[in-house]
Amino acid sequence: MVTAAQVWEALAEIPDPEIPVVSLVDLGVIRDVEVHAENVRIEFTPTFLGCPALEVMRDAMEASVRSLGAEPNVQIVLDDSWSTDKITAAGRDKLREAGFAPPTPRAATNLLQLNGAIFRCPYCGSTDTRLENLFGPTPCRSLRYCTSCKQPFEQFKTI
Amino acid sequence: MNAPALLEIADDELILGWRDSEWTGIAPSLEEDVAFSSIAQNEIGHARALYELAAREIGTTADGLAFDRDPSEYRSAPLVEQRRMDWAHTIARHYLYETADEIRLAVLKQADDADVAGLAAKMDREEQYHRLHARMWNEHLRDEPRYQDAIRELWPLALGVLAPGQRSELAGRVGLEPVEAVERERQSDELGELWEEMTMVRRSVPGATW
Repeated sequence: MVTAAQVWEALAEIPDPEIPVVSLVDLGVIRDVEVHAENVRIEFTPTFLGCPALEVMRDAMEASVRSLGAEPNVQIVLDDSWSTDKITAAGRDKLREAGFAPPTPRAATNLLQLNGAIFRCPYCGSTDTRLENLFGPTPCRSLRYCTSCKQPFEQFKTI
Repeated sequence: MNAPALLEIADDELILGWRDSEWTGIAPSLEEDVAFSSIAQNEIGHARALYELAAREIGTTADGLAFDRDPSEYRSAPLVEQRRMDWAHTIARHYLYETADEIRLAVLKQADDADVAGLAAKMDREEQYHRLHARMWNEHLRDEPRYQDAIRELWPLALGVLAPGQRSELAGRVGLEPVEAVERERQSDELGELWEEMTMVRRSVPGATW
């Protein structure tokens, strides 16, 4: 019989479809895993409601649970329980290595000051960076530019 | 929470998302192309989640509500139904709608229904970025006569987004005098045209899944 720990381990192998350097577990979008005999119930919170990767992630989780010989039941939770604060420390390091500035903590973020907030360039570490566009290639990303190393980079939006 | 109230908001978000996406590929700058495309995607995501809640109550599906109703059954506000306008009007609508939506979401976040309140809180987080974008543009254009004309022209439509009791708050926030609102019941011809386009694929193969 499958255990919750085995399910978590398997889910940690599923890459985010749009930022594949981080896994679904790194992103903190798996809220809960419950195992009842052969049934595995997963509570999953989308990053953004309009995220086009939602179905891809759900299908990947279902396939992963089936490969463990169990029956998946993925519940998509549509509330405010996920925030970018749930991204794990390991997830943040992976984002940085891939050229993404991790999100600032939710509590410390005054969005109206976003233009003035300090964001460190993931390439050279300089804080001499500016917002290029609040919006980016996916709903969860903004575009910034490092005036020090002249490198554009992506900023994970704080949610 | 009753389904008709959810449908009003869901229809607004779906139709506005559709209209915002009309800028994809042709906005005045690449940044705005990305911005309006991303905002459109968020709004349609919100519509989907709201339709799902309403669908549970009615006993149908989100897609069924989004695409299988007759155009006369949509409850969207005329403000969001206007087809792509010039940039001044686009920004005026964006600013007025996002300001109204913030008022509406604040009420929804206090709903007794935990599913509705939870979803509203999630939507509100995402909408902060839309508001930031809308306010930035409003600051930028506020002294332009062409923008001021657009705001004046769309103002009665913007009031129609909110329930009568919430309208004075909107007037206060945007600094305009309340006027007679264009209500949701006054459906525009433009919605009919949009419906033809929006539901074309789904109508062409009834029952197909993707």
